[in-house]
Amino acid sequence: MEMTKGLLAILLTAILTNNYILAKFLGICPFLGVSKKLSTATGMSAAVIFVMALATAVTYPINKFLLVQFDLEYLQTIVFILVIAALVQLVEIILKKYMPALYNALGIYLPLITTNCAVLGVVILNIDSGYNFAESMFNSVGAGLGFMLAMVMFSGIRERMESNDIPKFLQGLPITLIAASLVAVSFLGFTGIVENIFG
Amino acid sequence: MNQILIPVIIVAAIGLIAGLGLAIASIVFAMPVDEKAEKVRECLPGANCGACGYTGCDGYAAALSKGETTECNLCTPGGNDAAKAIAEVMGLEAGEVMPMVAAVMCQGNRMNVEEKLDYSGVHSCKIATQLFGGPKNCVHGCIGFGDCVEVCPYEAIFICDGVARINPDKCKACKMCIKTCPRQLIDLFPLDTMKAAVLCKNHAKGAETRKQCKAGCIGCMKCVKACEAGAVTVENFCAKVDYDKCIGCGKCHEACPVGCIDLYKISKN
Repeated sequence: MEMTKGLLAILLTAILTNNYILAKFLGICPFLGVSKKLSTATGMSAAVIFVMALATAVTYPINKFLLVQFDLEYLQTIVFILVIAALVQLVEIILKKYMPALYNALGIYLPLITTNCAVLGVVILNIDSGYNFAESMFNSVGAGLGFMLAMVMFSGIRERMESNDIPKFLQGLPITLIAASLVAVSFLGFTGIVENIFG
Repeated sequence: MNQILIPVIIVAAIGLIAGLGLAIASIVFAMPVDEKAEKVRECLPGANCGACGYTGCDGYAAALSKGETTECNLCTPGGNDAAKAIAEVMGLEAGEVMPMVAAVMCQGNRMNVEEKLDYSGVHSCKIATQLFGGPKNCVHGCIGFGDCVEVCPYEAIFICDGVARINPDKCKACKMCIKTCPRQLIDLFPLDTMKAAVLCKNHAKGAETRKQCKAGCIGCMKCVKACEAGAVTVENFCAKVDYDKCIGCGKCHEACPVGCIDLYKISKN
């Protein structure tokens, strides 16, 4: 019971209070780049959830059984990038062969996020927080879901902004950044909510 | 010494395993690639505009290689060069791609048309046109909110004085704007030849058109009578030019009382 409670707390924290985009400011490039339409935002988010879970599942044992054994924790960044990139390429090849529908749905986003900072951030923060394997998995799936929440919300806002009469000097990226900051501020409202539920 | 050697060996080993794994996977899970489609794809410009009627350049290439179509000249952005290149790959007749350019057939700028609404709703032609026929007096003319500007993959369209205009240098005649315009105001116009064009699509009767726009076609038939080549016709109170028959003599322009028909020669720089 205590354990499921802990795992749920980790999941909710990653989605709401410690949202990787809006609280930790990781993965901003896809957040601004592909949030223009709802369909691309959901496709990208699905790929991110998938890659985050996969990356955690692979990098956790590599860290524990290889890097820690040889006292090489300082190589985490470079090894993880290498492994994640190779892994995603492998998954892409396999998907193309056996699940062309899913491959087409994820499309360009899968190779795009191999070296995304949010993906690398999740696996490194998992280790820094001292999570065990189950906790790491929940945290990375939660981070992916949080990414999806932020992307879907923001794409809705951007679709509405498209049809508004925005002053010329704010058109394009400036108004997008202002809107992003307001969404980030609104997520501050979740502070403490998870601790109160599970406290 | 070991402090340097062990990390180097480990990282190199991981890299090697990953690389070998990928190499093996790419052979084991190899997909048969259609070589012909790949070659055709290289001839296409890669804009994925859909002017050919397929889902994109890849779709057109696949259709050609599978023999679903034998027409090599469907790609308007690629023009004659692409058609020739595809024909060479496929061993088919190239056929001609008539060089065309898109043009907005409307002169409803602020000088000619008055605004009847102070519209502050959604900035989209498609939506605005449903509210009492749009903010302008003319219910057939350009609204100027730029649905076409947004859809153009080549950034060739701009709004000038409330009317969309197309830069012929950038236009590749992909027809995206033609499909998008809620009032069907955009037509393809032949490139590099002198032809007459009717810059109006107002199908209201003459008197009504007069009230809506100073430069609207009133369907007076003077151009039809003036045309020696029989290229001009009037349908539903609006003149129309058959570009195949038009010889570019300019008699229709001289006859037109409102100045909505004129001679144009659009060329690319």
